[in-house]
Amino acid sequence: MTQAANPNEGETILKLENVHMYFGRVAALAGVDMEVKKGEIHSIIGPNGAGKTVMMNCINGLYRPQRGNIYFKGDRINHLKPYARAKLGISRTFQKIELFGGMTVLDNIRLGRHIHLKTGIVSGSIYVGKTRNEELQARKFIEEEIIDLLEIESIRHKTVHMLPYGLQKRVELGRALALNPELLLLDEPLAGLNLEEVEDMARFILDINEEERWKVTCILVEHDMGVVMDISNQVFVLNFGNKITDGTPTEVQNNPDVIKAYLGEEELYATRR
Amino acid sequence: MSQPQIEMTKDLTIPKLFLQQCKKYGKNKVAMREKEFGIWIPFTWHDYYENVKHLCLGMVSLGLKRGDKVAMIGDNRPEGLWAEMAALCGGGVGVWLFQDCMMDEVKYIIDHSDAKFFVGETQEEVDKALSIKDACPKLEKIIWDDPKGMRHYHQDFLISMEKVQELGKELDEKEPDLFENLIHEGQGDDICLLFYTSGTTALPKGALLSHWNMLTMGHNLMAVDPCYDSDDFVSYLPFAWIGEQMMSISCGLQIGYTLNFPEEPDTALENLREIGPHVMFAPPRLYEGMTRQVQVKYIDATWIKRKIYEFATKVGYKVANLKFEKKPVSWNWRFLHFLASVFMQKKLKDHLGMSRLRHAYTGGAAMGPDHFRFFHALGVNLKQIYGQTEIAGISIVHRDGDVKFDTVGTPIPETEVAITEEGEIISKSPSVFLGYYKNEEATEKTLADGWLYSGDRGFIDEDGHLVVFDRSKDVMTLSDGRPFSPQYLETRLKFSPFIREAWVIGDNRPFVTAVMCIDYSVVGKWADEKKLNYTSYPELSQKAEVYDLVQKQIEEANRDLPTPAKIHKFVNLYKVFDADDEELTRTSKLRRAFVENRYKDIVNALYTDDEAVHMDTTITYEDGREQRIKTDLRIQKTIL
Repeated sequence: MTQAANPNEGETILKLENVHMYFGRVAALAGVDMEVKKGEIHSIIGPNGAGKTVMMNCINGLYRPQRGNIYFKGDRINHLKPYARAKLGISRTFQKIELFGGMTVLDNIRLGRHIHLKTGIVSGSIYVGKTRNEELQARKFIEEEIIDLLEIESIRHKTVHMLPYGLQKRVELGRALALNPELLLLDEPLAGLNLEEVEDMARFILDINEEERWKVTCILVEHDMGVVMDISNQVFVLNFGNKITDGTPTEVQNNPDVIKAYLGEEELYATRR
Repeated sequence: MSQPQIEMTKDLTIPKLFLQQCKKYGKNKVAMREKEFGIWIPFTWHDYYENVKHLCLGMVSLGLKRGDKVAMIGDNRPEGLWAEMAALCGGGVGVWLFQDCMMDEVKYIIDHSDAKFFVGETQEEVDKALSIKDACPKLEKIIWDDPKGMRHYHQDFLISMEKVQELGKELDEKEPDLFENLIHEGQGDDICLLFYTSGTTALPKGALLSHWNMLTMGHNLMAVDPCYDSDDFVSYLPFAWIGEQMMSISCGLQIGYTLNFPEEPDTALENLREIGPHVMFAPPRLYEGMTRQVQVKYIDATWIKRKIYEFATKVGYKVANLKFEKKPVSWNWRFLHFLASVFMQKKLKDHLGMSRLRHAYTGGAAMGPDHFRFFHALGVNLKQIYGQTEIAGISIVHRDGDVKFDTVGTPIPETEVAITEEGEIISKSPSVFLGYYKNEEATEKTLADGWLYSGDRGFIDEDGHLVVFDRSKDVMTLSDGRPFSPQYLETRLKFSPFIREAWVIGDNRPFVTAVMCIDYSVVGKWADEKKLNYTSYPELSQKAEVYDLVQKQIEEANRDLPTPAKIHKFVNLYKVFDADDEELTRTSKLRRAFVENRYKDIVNALYTDDEAVHMDTTITYEDGREQRIKTDLRIQKTIL
């Protein structure tokens, strides 16, 4: 715990140190090291089954790696449960949408805010003083920052399972943002979207990353190479649980190992443009 | 609750009226509301005044001079209206662009109008302006009001509305009388708006309208159908449409009713319901959409609800027809009508946002008699407006209690309407425009001796109502030599919820044919229930079952027509007509000459014995991207 509690831009916010994750005798991650700098979009790419989602799950706490250390803002977080990590400011979206289908868009997003509410049952039921302020603030935050950003005004009272896939993805991002995260894990946010939706989503990710209000560091797992190379500051390439390289998009694109392992396969590198 | 009386003089301008109203209402009355972040936010007349004042002076300090053009684009929002009012107060001329204008339309209008300022809403509009900036050297400043996405833009000709208002505040402190002096310099005959008409044939033409034109129009309409300053109006149709200017500016300012702006264009209908306006004016497309919504909900409803609906509409139609025929309604029918109203009509009107509606107007395009009857059967006082941009939007309207669904009504005060020997509708009123900007030739063709030549063919019926037949150049000659209006048949076809657009062909042809565009969501839902597989619009439109469905709708519309006017053959198009592809005007009118040329293969195939036509074409998206489409379209015959 030698690092500062609140890293400045360009300093390390998340660090993976020799992380091993085994399922039986299969090594999903075989000693992975990664450093994510604050304010960056750090992408993780790799062929199917490379261990990208496992890495996300380790960071977010769904999986506990058998060996290695994970540091968030300098603190080791290996032992923390997912909700505790969420409270620290690590938030995520899922490859397969994990929303509450029977609830409205607004309720789903509000749920993301729940972890920051301090109201108990008693004060919550009478809605005065602190509780009232807290509710008002939460409302203001959700309406002004999230719904406006994601342009989902017209669906705020719609039930999630009635919505098309592209909008559900947006709602999931909204819920992740309601946590007011410092680090956002995006697991294939563009998968299954049409061209227009991809453009919108890429813009939202950039907004969240760059807008003064948010400045959220993003870890992005994505197959759409066009977008990854366009918006990432760093690209981490994973293959069968091993790191191949970690560098700027240009470096990665020119790395012969990467080309051999992944990018060389023409159709995998196919972008939508 | 009273209708304020405004004295019409040649000296009066829109800004003078604005000043008068702001002083009258001040902080005591809400001038407009906008739904933002889920809450309706009010702006009093005082807020309206302050915002306009600072914006106007800001523009002046940036170099706005009398007669300069200010181009504006963006969704309906208070800032848009402030910008327009500020431009007018500073002696400028407002030029509105449709929000979904393509790049070359924007370029043409900005360049042709000599606009000096460009007021956009967000990054999207700023991008449009930036991409045409080099081609339009007269454009000096680009003003935006929503900072979203603007963090990387630092060009020195870009300025935020907030900044402009700050400049205005500074100038106001230095010269406190300047704003009102600027307003008092204006005269009624000054030009206030430059309106680019959508043009079904050629490039848009810029119609010049004076303050006097706009104010007399509003005055005369309000003389027919009074509104009150306690009324609410929802402003959600493009400001670039004369109808919206008419309601928001001309009438809104004279009456002082509250304008309500929806949160987003997508939420407009939901917000409409929340407000429940007293008056509305919309093109037929919107009413058609509402009708479709009701028809689809009806199909989905439970048995008991369907039965109540059927009963109530039956009664509604009966009573509406009696009223149309000006026959007395018997007590029995009145009682049934009361039941219908309690059990169905009130609820339905509430869902459509029409529960407080006193007057609903439609105009800008032809509306089918079926839609018209539908709303009257529901108890909505829907009335036709007829007019052109060139006459500030309105010359004819239905009067309460004298509505005929096949006419557009009678002239408003101070307006004369006549029919030329060729059958063209001409009109004369104080609201007739001054001419087209930089287009003498077109002005001469349209204006003669103060009469405005509309290019529409029509006649005046025995009750003095004007009947608009169709655009003169669109009137078809049937195989038996009779004239026929394709628009009439198209609007009838569109009464079916499954049909989105229709194009009827048959001028000097042996028989009548049609190109149909299905409604994707309604037909899609229908197909889901029938367990038909499809992945896209083109595929769905070509299903044999869908063809049969469309055929049924056509045969329904064919029923009352003489044989030569019946549709013999039709084809389902692989897409819906779109303004981005120039097939429709921005106000959703079909550009016949254009589609005839574009789809000439289809037209030719319809008049041969072919059973299908091969299409190979490109479609354009709003951002300019193009996609090539190759497909075979089937041709199907109807049973006559």
